[in-house]
Amino acid sequence: MKLSKTIEEIRADFPILSMKVHGLPLVYLDNGATTQKPEQVIRLMDELYRTANANVHRGVHFLSDIVSEKYESARETVRAFINAPKKEEIIFTAGATASINAVAFSFGEKYVREGDEIIVSEMEHHANIVPWQMLCGRKNAVLKVIPFTDEGVLDLEAYRGLITDRTRIVAVTHASNVLGTVNPVKEIVAHAHKHGIPVLVDGAQSIQHGVVDVSDIDCDFFVFSGHKVYGPNGIGVLYGKEKLLNDLPPYQGGGDMVATVSFRKTTWNELPFKFEAGTTNFTGAIALAAALDYLTSLGREAVAEREQSLLEIATAGLSSVRGVRIYGTAPRKVSVVSFLPGDIHQYDAGMILDKLGIAVRTGTHCAQPVMERFGISGTIRASIAFYNTAEEIDALVKGVRKVTEMFD
Amino acid sequence: MNINEIQDQIIDDFSLFSDWMERYEYLIELGRTLPPFDPSHKVPDYIIEGCQSKVWLYPEFKDGIITFSADSDALITRGIVALLVKVFSGRTPDEITGADIYFIDRIGLRQNLSPTRSNGLLAMMKQMRLYALAFKSKQEHK
Repeated sequence: MKLSKTIEEIRADFPILSMKVHGLPLVYLDNGATTQKPEQVIRLMDELYRTANANVHRGVHFLSDIVSEKYESARETVRAFINAPKKEEIIFTAGATASINAVAFSFGEKYVREGDEIIVSEMEHHANIVPWQMLCGRKNAVLKVIPFTDEGVLDLEAYRGLITDRTRIVAVTHASNVLGTVNPVKEIVAHAHKHGIPVLVDGAQSIQHGVVDVSDIDCDFFVFSGHKVYGPNGIGVLYGKEKLLNDLPPYQGGGDMVATVSFRKTTWNELPFKFEAGTTNFTGAIALAAALDYLTSLGREAVAEREQSLLEIATAGLSSVRGVRIYGTAPRKVSVVSFLPGDIHQYDAGMILDKLGIAVRTGTHCAQPVMERFGISGTIRASIAFYNTAEEIDALVKGVRKVTEMFD
Repeated sequence: MNINEIQDQIIDDFSLFSDWMERYEYLIELGRTLPPFDPSHKVPDYIIEGCQSKVWLYPEFKDGIITFSADSDALITRGIVALLVKVFSGRTPDEITGADIYFIDRIGLRQNLSPTRSNGLLAMMKQMRLYALAFKSKQEHK
């Protein structure tokens, strides 16, 4: 598979990549936290505020019509991007975290009772742990955890053992933000469905790395954030199967989510509006669709291939530095490498790398249970995007070598 | 030396370095020279938890003077911890609460004490002042 543009053309699309930090060229390897935005997205946002700004679904006037049309067309773009059956199954939220919280609340209100069980995995980031813990607290329910192996692979046998007749929902990440592991979500879903249990898949770290097909995975909910897939922040998506979404109560009340309102009784609007109370981030949604279009035009499989080859270079390069240990060595990974150079503290290493112009994330990556599993206080994480280059990976490896020399 | 004289001396020391690399190497050295921290004080009461690095701070108050011992799990943080101990330890509560700390800015380490860094240093400085206030009120109510 070939990208539709050269790497020079691609890098030129992302203005921030030509920036200098501390007098050195920026090497941006913190894409797992947030991705940079192409001109196509930046310009569109600017243009929307200049030429197409009015509240959606509210007015009969010209501008409101234009924006509403663009907003609904963005919904269709998202639907096609993840291959959801229906446009009405796409809900715009503030991000993956907001989407998970929405499900934890609405689903929890309807289906979770005292003594029921919810299954998550040990490699979730906090956004896919805490909302379920809060739900368990409200309902006196029990949170159960699928463990992972030393390589960072989910223990599926343990998972099957966790399912009981009290299990109400399984919430699991598609790809780990720390270990990079791509989980066999299709298999996880199929097993849960045998017991009639729905599954939420957290796609925050998978959506940007190739083709995601929710119909094929057959998950009941799928969530992701705009800012991790080259779109703006403050926008995200909740996909849910129509029947389930129809069954669930709304989690926020307000404008646009209602059909009729009186002080005696209010009735809910239909999907997707039932879950989009108040003025949504329509500019963000339209810009997110532009980001998805950008990826599609590059070729999503080609994007994934390029990232995999950069991942291989990074893994080999970092492994060649004396004392470096890589956390997460699963056979199927997204382009994320977590590591520690010997006993050197990740914060020390991160400070030196920053001075060399290299942006990586250090710390617990909002996944403290993963750190606990390995008995460490944090890692350094390089998360790679298709716009990164082999030279940048080389700069990282050299930087890490420098760090080991300094702290030796 | 009073607090300002010590701060000026630190600024002098750092003015010898021409680039950030030397400054950091010096900080790493400083971190290594910090007196060992009594392991029995490495308990939750004395920890200042940052998202990026941890700091431990233990105060002793004797004859009107506060002595601080401190530690960190990260070496660069520990170097800055050593500087803060140098400035604040062996002082009266009044000296500490009245101090104007300007050396951090002047030696180019301000980013290390920004609230967003979450390395425990800013909280450590606040905690030192809080201990000073607490010891002061204890002294006055004797």
